[in-house]
Amino acid sequence: MKRVLIIGATSAIARAAARIFAGRGDRLFLVARDAAKLQVTAQDLRVHGAERVDVTVADLDDFARHEALLDEAEGALGGLEVVLIAYGTLPDQKLLEGSFEETEKELRTNFLSVVSLLTALANRLEAQKQGTIAVISSVAGDRGRKSNYVYGTAKGAVSLFLQGLRGRLHPSGVRVITIKPGFVDTPMTAEIKKNALFASPEAVAKGIVSAIDRGRDVVYLPPFWRGVMLIVRAVPEPLFKRLNL
Amino acid sequence: MVGVKGTSWGNFPRAQQTVRRIDWPGEAVLEGKGTLLPYGYGRSYGDSCLNDGGTLLDVTGSERLIAFDPASGVVRAEAGVSLEQLLAFAVPRGWFLPVTPGTKYVSLGGAVANDIHGKNHHRAGTFGRHVRAFELLRSDGTRLVCSPTQNPGLFRATVGGLGLTGLIVWVELVLRPITSALIDSESIKFANLDEFFALSAESDARFEYTVAWVDCAAQGERLGRGLYLCGNHASGPGPLYASPPPRLAAPFNAPDFALNRWTIQAFNALYYGKQRRKVAEKRVHYEGFFYPLDAVGAWNRIYGARGFLQYQFALPYTGDAGLTKEIFARIAASKLGSFLAVLKMFGDLPSPGLLSFPLPGVTLALDFPNEGARTFALLEELDGIIRENGGRVYPAKDARMSAASFKTFYPEWRRFAEYIDPRFSSSFWRRVTQEAVGDE
Repeated sequence: MKRVLIIGATSAIARAAARIFAGRGDRLFLVARDAAKLQVTAQDLRVHGAERVDVTVADLDDFARHEALLDEAEGALGGLEVVLIAYGTLPDQKLLEGSFEETEKELRTNFLSVVSLLTALANRLEAQKQGTIAVISSVAGDRGRKSNYVYGTAKGAVSLFLQGLRGRLHPSGVRVITIKPGFVDTPMTAEIKKNALFASPEAVAKGIVSAIDRGRDVVYLPPFWRGVMLIVRAVPEPLFKRLNL
Repeated sequence: MVGVKGTSWGNFPRAQQTVRRIDWPGEAVLEGKGTLLPYGYGRSYGDSCLNDGGTLLDVTGSERLIAFDPASGVVRAEAGVSLEQLLAFAVPRGWFLPVTPGTKYVSLGGAVANDIHGKNHHRAGTFGRHVRAFELLRSDGTRLVCSPTQNPGLFRATVGGLGLTGLIVWVELVLRPITSALIDSESIKFANLDEFFALSAESDARFEYTVAWVDCAAQGERLGRGLYLCGNHASGPGPLYASPPPRLAAPFNAPDFALNRWTIQAFNALYYGKQRRKVAEKRVHYEGFFYPLDAVGAWNRIYGARGFLQYQFALPYTGDAGLTKEIFARIAASKLGSFLAVLKMFGDLPSPGLLSFPLPGVTLALDFPNEGARTFALLEELDGIIRENGGRVYPAKDARMSAASFKTFYPEWRRFAEYIDPRFSSSFWRRVTQEAVGDE
């Protein structure tokens, strides 16, 4: 039995991953903003076989609460073992272009709040000399594109932060996993027209759990995105800036 | 919200509607104007799952389990849970669906709304018989738990009610215990319809699941030849694994000439001829037994962009095969071909819904490539025979029956109509009740 803390537990990808853990009989602690969604998610996981599911409602933009949140989770789980950070928002790029206020809000949610959580988590796991931190970043963070660069900036910054943290925590035996999904068919992408590149949350969740089981460093999900992003990153800037990406 | 083109399984007719995802209970799902219709995986063939000019409520994101009792096999789940998802949960725990259709890509809400049936109808009746209760959200905001004893009128209207009575939020279902995911199957060749009826009378007592595939192209003495497929859940302890996802998919619509009467005849002859022996016995996984077509992702695309029409009727049977023979003869003579013809005897367990399709007797399901007026004329002709002989045509598969036919097939339709939610409607319902189209 694993002790799994999931932050942003009502996202489609997080729920699918939680179901895999629940099916194995793991013990879960779920954090999300919406009490009603949290409750039906927890109940679903209990039915799917989780040893125990506890929840707490939290707005993660409230950085001051992060330490208390982790205390609560650690207490309920009986220790921290696997932590999956899975929340995020997909902003409307056009809206952000006209408003620094909105841009700052996005960066707070998608980048700074993650840094706040990771800082607190890293110190706890480093002290206990074990554990796994998996964070859902995005392929959008691999290169700035005009269509989505604020989100990309936040995710790229998260990936960079994780890269450094991985090195720092390596000697203590704590694993840090960067998860970079491509397009996933979830409520977050409901407004986007679907094409063959879209993966199901279940497929991505399977990849996440497998990466946690195997202690990988950076995973692209589905894996073909590693090749796609290799090409995207390789395009020379003078050409890239002209592309409609 | 995303506007989509018509997406029913037969690719006919086409419709334009707005799709709204219903991912969480309690979302303000019924806000706004215009008509609403719940929508799951779009496996209804015709227009009963379409709402041209209105809104479809996509419930496939509402797919959580709410309760499961491992002692009794009672499961309560949100309406968007697919049969595939339920099997993945239930089979490893030693439980199976009480009734399953020929595809597992069906939502629980859809299974209730079409009061679906399967190969075990002669033993288990329709899906609705195994539903203990469901919650219905009406457009005035009321939530009603319905069961055979609580809000029984609304229960009977909603089972088989084509999604028109409101949004089904969750369904409570009684599963069937199994000790193995395997099926002991038998496939028996029969040379004509008389042999089919004889086989059916004999084997429906021995087998929980029975169904026949019939070669609709064969004429004369071979009229109604086919393969009779039967099965029982393997007894004793066995493997309890659910199925892997499909590997193949028809990636695009086939050219319209790919299916014509020559290719269909050849396919049918090959399929019939493949089995040399009179009886073939096999132990197989339930996946291959129940869902052979699910292995080919979007198999509906082999009919091309023009789409196809599925036709399924049920007729009372009193020991005289004459009427069934006449229908087969007309289909064979029309040369309009049917790729898949499925024949089965329904049992006499009553269906709970006011608009439930199954009745005691014989049922036949066929595919017709959409060849326009000729196909429509043939189906209208068949409707006439069904009407005159106390039968019914299945709304879930229909795209063209006349309002007069519908009202004859389903004499309870007026009583049903009293339970319809005022905001809910479908292309099918407007067609068969002759309401003005475009009611926004």
